[in-house]
Amino acid sequence: MLKTLLFSTCIALALSACSLEPVQPWDRDLLAQQKMQLVADPLEIYLDEHTYFSKEASSGGQSVGGGGCGCN
Amino acid sequence: MQLKKTQRPRNIRRQLAAATCTLLAGTTHAGSLIASGDNWKIDSALLIYAEKDRVSLAEGVLNIRKEIDDDEFINARIVTDVLTGSSPNGAVPSNTAQTFTNPSGNSSYTEAANTTPLNHTFKDLRNALSVEWDTPFSRSLRGTLGGNISREYDYLSTGISVSLAQDINQRNTTLTLGISLNKDTWDPVGGVPVGFTAMPAFPAKKAIDGAKTDKTVKDILFGVTQIINRQTLMQLNYSRGQSDGYLTDPYKILSVLENDGSGNLRGTNPYVYENRPDQRTHQSLYWKGVHQFHNENVLNVSYRYFWDDWGIQSHTVDLRYRFDFDGGHYLQPHLRYYQQGAADFYRQTLTDGEENTLSYASADYRLGEFVTQTIGLKYGFEFKNGAEINFRAEMITQKGKDRSADAVGILQNQQLFPDNEAYLLQGGLSLDSDMVIKYIMGFFKK
Repeated sequence: MLKTLLFSTCIALALSACSLEPVQPWDRDLLAQQKMQLVADPLEIYLDEHTYFSKEASSGGQSVGGGGCGCN
Repeated sequence: MQLKKTQRPRNIRRQLAAATCTLLAGTTHAGSLIASGDNWKIDSALLIYAEKDRVSLAEGVLNIRKEIDDDEFINARIVTDVLTGSSPNGAVPSNTAQTFTNPSGNSSYTEAANTTPLNHTFKDLRNALSVEWDTPFSRSLRGTLGGNISREYDYLSTGISVSLAQDINQRNTTLTLGISLNKDTWDPVGGVPVGFTAMPAFPAKKAIDGAKTDKTVKDILFGVTQIINRQTLMQLNYSRGQSDGYLTDPYKILSVLENDGSGNLRGTNPYVYENRPDQRTHQSLYWKGVHQFHNENVLNVSYRYFWDDWGIQSHTVDLRYRFDFDGGHYLQPHLRYYQQGAADFYRQTLTDGEENTLSYASADYRLGEFVTQTIGLKYGFEFKNGAEINFRAEMITQKGKDRSADAVGILQNQQLFPDNEAYLLQGGLSLDSDMVIKYIMGFFKK
């Protein structure tokens, strides 16, 4: 049930994106800033992912690659 | 006659982007960061992570990024971490002292009554290297090829990854496809224990199934990134991964109780090594949104739903809110909430004989039902030349739920799940190689 709801939400979000007004290159000054990137501080995210990878059963979702460890 | 190859105009896109940013945004920080692409961009961080009475870790990361051609980058990351301290071995607390054999089989250790049994032998040095080559194939398609290797004294991880990003919809939408393959090798101290066999009392040796074992992990990711408006960006990913091979933790054990419901450990061989399935398929949906408010503060929020065929489901919400102040200062509070359900074969104890009837069982707290909460604060300062220095401090708490079916008899007075409290301190420095050269030259001129 939860998975169906999540997938439906994703499809609705994807469809709603099609109706958005495109943002032109000259309007992307804010989006070009480092703090507006999806991963604004890659090292902080890397260290967080490594920490939680070794303490929880879930990992990933944001990107692929990066490697594993025999962490305890 | 040999024709001389025309010199390709370099970094045109970067210079245009820098000019645009400077003209439109008037932000010297963003402009100078992008304009510094002829140099090596150097990011570094040092993390200190300490759990209360358990593991402590120091981890240093150095990341170097260089634009080698127009919009083409090489990125290398070097990581070293040193770990020491104790980790729960899987056994439950008891009202009497308990003695365990070290993984090597060459010694033993005793845990006091009414305390979570910990393995105190963890000392590890890990070195890791990952390299990425990020290149455009056309104006709207780019690819990234990556490789990574990580080495601990008992674990080796090697992997490759490839991802493609296709821009569509006037570059307002990016479709991403990524795949990765990892091959990991365990070389555990004392060999690979046979699942469900007894941890023998020192000096007897455990039953092993060879000195080494391995696993492969394959992942695939589909993603959509969408610009919503001038101030908002969103990402939605679906990923699926499959692990095959040795997925058990060779150092974890389970307590085996008498069958009488007393909660007492059985008289002989009261501990057995855990045993997990040799295959796992996991999936996740990941959503992230980034929004800049009119006061220039930025909200970065994400949600992940994760599930696998071991019966684990989890929800993760992560929220960072950046407050910008005059002069390049910023503060960024961080909140994270993680809730996980237990694996189907998670058990905190077994009863006598169950190790012969069950297919799988593990008392590893990471497969149990628990909640992790994180609260933190980061301070950063951006210099006018594009360099940045930052610090953050965070507190992480992990609280689990006991399985009532396993907490029988005298164990009802014990806390079976090893709750945890950890502190994290991090310092970071980002700069360009020309700043380092200027500093060194200045130092020698003195």
